[in-house]
Amino acid sequence: MKGWNWFPAGASHWAGGYDTLFFFMLALSGIAAVAVITTAVGFMFRYHHRRRVHRLGTASFQRILEYSWIGIPLLLFIVVFLWAANLYADLFFPPAGAMPVYITGKQWMWKIQHANGRREYDELHVPAGRPVVLVLTSEDVIHSLSLPALRIKRDVVPGRYTKIWFQADRPGSYHLFCAEYCGASHARMTGRLVVLPPDRFAAWLGEGEIPSLARAGEALFRQHGCSGCHGANASVRAPPLEGVFGKPVALSDGTTVVADERYIRDSILLPRKEVVGGYEPIMPSFRGQLSEAEIFKLIAYVKSLGEVPTP
Amino acid sequence: MKDPTPTTRIRNVATSESEVRDPLRRQEHAAALGMWLFLATETLFVGALFAAYLLVRITHPQGFILGSRETDIVLGTLNTAVLLTSSLTMALAVDRQRVDMTRAASRWLMITAVLGLIFLGIKGLEYTLDWRHGLVPGLHFEPVGGQARGMELFFFLYFMMTGVHALHLFLGIGLVGAFAAMLQRGRLGAGNPAPIENLGLYWHFVDVVWIFLFPLLYLVHRT
Amino acid sequence: MTVTPSYLGGVRRLRDWLLTRDHKRIAILYLVSITVFFFVGALAIALVRLELFTPEGDVLTAETYNKAFSVHGILMVWFFLIPSIPATLGNFLIPLMIGARDLAFPRLNLLSWYIYTLGGAFTLYALLAGGVDTGWTFYTPYSTFFSNSHVFAAAAGVFVVGFSSILTGLNIVVTVHTLRTRGMHWFRLPLFVWALYATSAILLLATPVLAMTLVLMASERLFGVGIFDPALGGDPLLFQHLFWFYSHPAVYIMILPAMGVASEVITCFSRNPIFGYRMMAYAILAIALIGFMVWGHHMFTSGQSMYAGMVFSLLSFLVAIPSAIKVFNWTATLYRGEIHFDAPMIYALGFVGLFLIGGLTGLFLAALALDVHLTDTYFVISHFHYIMVGGSVMAYIGGIHFWWPKITGRRYPEFWARFAALLMFFGFNLTFFPQYILGYLGMPRRVHEYAPEFSVLNVLSSAGASLLAVAYILPLFYLGWSLRKGRRATANPWNATGLEWRTSSPPPPLNFAEQLPEVSEGPYAYDPDPQRGHL
Repeated sequence: MKGWNWFPAGASHWAGGYDTLFFFMLALSGIAAVAVITTAVGFMFRYHHRRRVHRLGTASFQRILEYSWIGIPLLLFIVVFLWAANLYADLFFPPAGAMPVYITGKQWMWKIQHANGRREYDELHVPAGRPVVLVLTSEDVIHSLSLPALRIKRDVVPGRYTKIWFQADRPGSYHLFCAEYCGASHARMTGRLVVLPPDRFAAWLGEGEIPSLARAGEALFRQHGCSGCHGANASVRAPPLEGVFGKPVALSDGTTVVADERYIRDSILLPRKEVVGGYEPIMPSFRGQLSEAEIFKLIAYVKSLGEVPTP
Repeated sequence: MKDPTPTTRIRNVATSESEVRDPLRRQEHAAALGMWLFLATETLFVGALFAAYLLVRITHPQGFILGSRETDIVLGTLNTAVLLTSSLTMALAVDRQRVDMTRAASRWLMITAVLGLIFLGIKGLEYTLDWRHGLVPGLHFEPVGGQARGMELFFFLYFMMTGVHALHLFLGIGLVGAFAAMLQRGRLGAGNPAPIENLGLYWHFVDVVWIFLFPLLYLVHRT
Repeated sequence: MTVTPSYLGGVRRLRDWLLTRDHKRIAILYLVSITVFFFVGALAIALVRLELFTPEGDVLTAETYNKAFSVHGILMVWFFLIPSIPATLGNFLIPLMIGARDLAFPRLNLLSWYIYTLGGAFTLYALLAGGVDTGWTFYTPYSTFFSNSHVFAAAAGVFVVGFSSILTGLNIVVTVHTLRTRGMHWFRLPLFVWALYATSAILLLATPVLAMTLVLMASERLFGVGIFDPALGGDPLLFQHLFWFYSHPAVYIMILPAMGVASEVITCFSRNPIFGYRMMAYAILAIALIGFMVWGHHMFTSGQSMYAGMVFSLLSFLVAIPSAIKVFNWTATLYRGEIHFDAPMIYALGFVGLFLIGGLTGLFLAALALDVHLTDTYFVISHFHYIMVGGSVMAYIGGIHFWWPKITGRRYPEFWARFAALLMFFGFNLTFFPQYILGYLGMPRRVHEYAPEFSVLNVLSSAGASLLAVAYILPLFYLGWSLRKGRRATANPWNATGLEWRTSSPPPPLNFAEQLPEVSEGPYAYDPDPQRGHL
């Protein structure tokens, strides 16, 4: 049967760790199931009512049995829980320098933007051997980006960013699915994850004359008048944006937040939500004026203000 | 398999005690337990709204403050006083019924119902004013600006929570009225305290829910 | 020979059934209603499995397919599984098992059936008017702002039927507290009663949250304002939290009564008391309690906080412990028993085996990292069908067979019953085991077409489904036949313990003649076989 693979190998180190845990659980469950079923079936045959067998007395070691079949499973469960929780936590902390890719899900397609501006639809090209962090949002309903070869998925939620990172190790072409029911063509919201060796990926990325995300963001920054307040010669007093990305910001209510993607997006769409300490809440909202893709570009621009600009 | 000969473990008892074990007390116990369980379900029912309120307030603190300021604190306080008083009159009704003063009990119930109607009247007045001021989400909501979303969510929850409360109060008033009529006609005498006690439980529950609603809706940062 | 009056006999007017207060007749009313909804829901999924026979979407349009699986979920969860054991077997048996003449609130009992019917009417209207396509989970914002189907009518149907559940639960709790006969102390109750008591507690406390969640969702859809849509400042995850706060305990509503049935049947057909009675009772309570604390395990990839995920994961592992205890104890009950393989026993043993497998796969899903890959795939579908169908439905049908003589006064034909049971067990495994593999391979849920490499496993699954269909239809025929032609049953054809077997089959209208029985011993006091020697 062409193309039918019982145990497709994972395409990343994390997927390998996943499979180890999975097969450990499978073995454990298998042993438990076989043990219980064999015992039960054994009893069914041995103590069938037509058989003349010794049936005197009840089990006097009842207490020991009860405690052991509470205690042993409990111990095993805690081991598995800790192992799985540890593996899971790994997904929440992308390494510094992970290559960001911005993905918007919408009915019924995936719009993918790389940091240098290269766009693709329903296909995600990534380099092998480099950590990649996906920043995900939806334009409409909840979707879920599923990459079975990497053993990961993450829901894609409107109104917020979700993130997941991975490092693919094996070049190849893999499935990409939508895993959260999202309406009529949910089944068709599929695509490919294409893992390329680093040099071929660099070549692919450079194809096409497209301004980088940050450069496009800079253009939007000027077009929508942001520089009127946040720019160098602004007449209105507004928090400076140079170097703000990734650093803590003190707010007017005394709390502190880290200026991540979510903070930038909320500042654009819900400017009264988190006002920087010492500033008036006079920034207007840009809701309805910017698409999710454009917001990604502005975020890339703000990011670039704090570091050496990437082409 | 043949039927075993009857053993002495389970037997039909000749005495009538086991069946007639004070059926009246048992029925009263059952009715009271039933009412408490029903109130438990009501707690979970409104609990979901309180949980939603909590979450939305955390994400829209400013909107809730501004929204709460638009509620009429005078009318709200007045309503609170009305409802608390009605709990008093309800308790008095229950007490009178217990000592077979059915006429007095009926009168206290009628006062309770009237107070309930006053509450609903004041609530209706508040809703009308909210409409005039353009504070009804989805139908006629005027505020704009940065906190408008938060205010709209506040008022959505405001109308949901007070609306569900008012519906329950309305049903309660109906029952109170029906009980008042029955007492006037000499039914529900002293030998049968359970129904009116359970009614009292229901009424006090509706009151207690209001005691939680009032500060959450009217007193946000208003001190 | 005097003929004991039967609750079935004599009156034939429809109104004597539609206005009855007899818990036994109300149980029959429910039995008929839920069977109708079962087959409508089954028809829907037959269409789905037919579509999934091939990778292309060539049988149904996508829209129709989406409506088919939605209707399947809604009907099966709320109109079949949740009422199945509580409102049929529970209604019928609880007063008998505790030595009472009826439930505590007979009229509320009848009202609950009418409410169920009203809810069913709303939902059938939604179906006939064009269907609903949100899935049984009604996730926002799809259900509130994007679906063009009859969401409101379907949600209204579910809202209404929830009150039927609440009233049933209320009735059962009050009944068990106040109407136990003399000598029937709590720890002499059959485990079926314990199971239904715990189920009723969940019905009472969880269902109202669903009701409010549906109200909020419907308001958002109707008025365009609400707390779930991010465009309006709301949070779609709030919907998920509220929805799953009910829907996770709901699955325990579906499995606990089945566990109760299993305990009754396995003890009877092993001629043995249950192993570890108190542990079994405590395990039932523990499942109900911890079941309220695990809802977030449906949201490990939703954007929920990592730390919240850890708490929910740990609790999800813990809730498996009492379930494991029960499986071990049922197995131990067989030890030194006298095993008889009548049809109810085949169902009960099948239940234990399939519940075991389903429960073990639940552990995979409880493990945070493993769930990331497996959630929203066919692995989850297989997991919950192992529990709800391999588990609950088999136990339900087994219970129907076990108590059939008591309910109808007739014996069913044993050969056909065993055949159907075995066919069901085999067909079930063929249908659902391949789905575990499909899930591991990554096939997502709720898709009407799929990648070609998933084809073989889907064909196996659809083939199994056709066997299952036969296994479900068969009982209709031979049980129906038995109503007219079955051998008449004695009071206690299985030689079982339990007060329900101390009265005639079928019971008289007031359950027991003259006096109520008295109890002076624990349950499951099965006589030892003379061969066993004396204790």
